[in-house]
Amino acid sequence: MNILKVSGKINKHKVFVYALSTCVWCKLTKQFLKDNDIQYEFVDVDLADEKDKDKIHETIQNMGGMLSYPTIIVDDKVVINGFRKDKLTEVLEI
Amino acid sequence: MIALDQVRRRAEADAKTYGYYLTPQPELLQGFLEGLKTNEDRYGYPLCPCRLASGVYDYDRDIICPCDYRDPDVAQYGACYCRLYVNKEVFESKNLPEVPERRPLEKQQRAYGTQAPAAKQAMPQGGQEKPSETQSPTSQAEKPQSTVKKKLWYCKQCGYVVYREDPPYICPICKAKKEVFAEIESTVEFRG
Repeated sequence: MNILKVSGKINKHKVFVYALSTCVWCKLTKQFLKDNDIQYEFVDVDLADEKDKDKIHETIQNMGGMLSYPTIIVDDKVVINGFRKDKLTEVLEI
Repeated sequence: MIALDQVRRRAEADAKTYGYYLTPQPELLQGFLEGLKTNEDRYGYPLCPCRLASGVYDYDRDIICPCDYRDPDVAQYGACYCRLYVNKEVFESKNLPEVPERRPLEKQQRAYGTQAPAAKQAMPQGGQEKPSETQSPTSQAEKPQSTVKKKLWYCKQCGYVVYREDPPYICPICKAKKEVFAEIESTVEFRG
């Protein structure tokens, strides 16, 4: 799976973003994390191969998330669906 | 390749026809239009930039922009799922609402490999597929097979007829609700 890592000074939480390369809200989420110097990893699901899409589907559903994008998973337990500044700010203690 | 300007003009014309507005924030609008263009170049149809495609036309047809869910979403929330199309109130206030996904989970899952094995196995990476009419589950032809069962539906109010999986949420002609649609039962008789 083509997981990309974006460095940031703040790395106290493990942040993973499931995104679409065509999605404006996904881009805004990435930008928001970057602007706040948060370290995160992401995968653009629309560019993933079929096997990886299957894995992503399973992972998101097992976490109790919805199959919508962006889906942000923090510390392998907190799921945020959509670009929600309020939730990101709270969970990531920005 | 479709020109970005053509994508913009098409969205503007569609908004005008249906009495909607395009999102009031220019940078968001630009992003939506670029996403639509990318998807049209990639799949051959302007798939919703905010949703995952299967690449199989029959599985994706409900999320080709303007998607099946736009009209009920704008009616209920003031904006479509992406927030590309908004109503006058949202356009003027510039406050974009949160719009939950209305697309049923079973349809969302079709974008993932295991949910559509027959179609996926035969699909070349990044390939562009034409709508498939055949339903045979045993066929291992080169073209992907969709398992979608299409039916004829008619609007009891205005007579509009569609051939697709489900009736539309809102009749595009007379704006009647989904419940007004009925299936056209057809039978074939052989004689002699």
